[in-house]
Amino acid sequence: MFEHYLNIFITTVFIENIALSVFLGMCTFIAISKKIDAAFGLGIAVIVVCLITVPLNNLIYNLVLKEGALSWAGLPNVNLEFVGLISYIGVIAAAVQILEMFLDKFVPALYNALGVFLPLITVNCAILGASLFMIEKDLKFGESVVYGLGAGVGWAMAIVVLAGIREKLKYSDIPDGLQGLGMTFIIVGLMSFGFMSFGGISL
Amino acid sequence: MKVNQYKDVLSKPLIEENPITLQILGICSALAVTSNLSVTLVMCVALTSVVSFSNLFISLIRNYIPSSVRIIVQMTIIASLVIVVDELLKAYDYETSKKLSVFVGLIITNCIVMGRAEAFAMKEKPFISFLDGLGNGLGYSIILIAVAVVRELFGAGTLMGYEIFSLVSNGGWYPANNLLLLPPSSFILIGLMIWGIREYKKDQIEPNEFKLSGHATAPDLRKKEANV
Repeated sequence: MFEHYLNIFITTVFIENIALSVFLGMCTFIAISKKIDAAFGLGIAVIVVCLITVPLNNLIYNLVLKEGALSWAGLPNVNLEFVGLISYIGVIAAAVQILEMFLDKFVPALYNALGVFLPLITVNCAILGASLFMIEKDLKFGESVVYGLGAGVGWAMAIVVLAGIREKLKYSDIPDGLQGLGMTFIIVGLMSFGFMSFGGISL
Repeated sequence: MKVNQYKDVLSKPLIEENPITLQILGICSALAVTSNLSVTLVMCVALTSVVSFSNLFISLIRNYIPSSVRIIVQMTIIASLVIVVDELLKAYDYETSKKLSVFVGLIITNCIVMGRAEAFAMKEKPFISFLDGLGNGLGYSIILIAVAVVRELFGAGTLMGYEIFSLVSNGGWYPANNLLLLPPSSFILIGLMIWGIREYKKDQIEPNEFKLSGHATAPDLRKKEANV
């Protein structure tokens, strides 16, 4: 049992890394990776939100939206899958809002550290993407907790690594037109070629 | 005056203020769906229609949205539009919708849609917001189509599934470059594209944080010695 969960975790962190293999959350990934501190704060926020919303969406899908899932309420023929997207994004927006209020009240230090990143996370496709992949893979509740954690950790790791490389790059002599954004794209491309080498591993 | 303004709003995002290469918006889908031109075209149409109509509807009700809950209101409008597009696609082009898998759903969190709603539609009149959405959608499409053409043509020797270069494996002359079919290659292509655009539009170049100090070259040193 433990091995099965570990397997899911390793697969989502390395082999199917949400940033470098499926390319989700790229906008924030590229925009907020200039400094390691900021990248780290954002990474932590993504881990927390993923860990909360993926299992929550799993419950919603399995108990309400799935075909025949409403049979406990006496409605066995109802299939609500078409409102899936809107409910997942609603859950994510609400979870982020609640988390923000909770942190503001009880853990102000962390709240201040995360700052503007928390509300930004609502529109981070890594979070919605993790939920959608979870539905596509048809995971059980326990598996979805591990999957959410793995997705968050993989994304956080990738952004911290990219920020590290970009901090070093400040001292390099790059052609004017490639400065900044252009160079970042090429680095992310090379990093993700690197991550493709994990693809051959089967656990 | 008015017409000029409309033209500006529509044409600026194409190259000058392109959402992908300058505003860093909507990159995620630019990478995953560009290995095949016909899939890319469907994605471009889907995104362009969502961003123009979300801009239109959000702009229509902009004066009634309380600013504290605006993100959720915008999300609801965008998500409903995406659901419509998704269901239409499933009904009329099931094959492509399978290939796009979660990426149609991810238009909801595509930053172009959200970014234009927040930056433009919340302030401007409906018609001009619609044009702004259309312009940004087209700007996004230009980059996506360019990347897809390069990747499919040089990676598989075909365009829209029709053979252009005859491949060595079929007795032709062109050895396919499989590297281009791998998703990371689109990062490198977009990187080079940004370089090209910035060589042409010099004002987009980001300033370097640290300048290299000019070092003395051999002729300089000899001149110095001669002076002493």
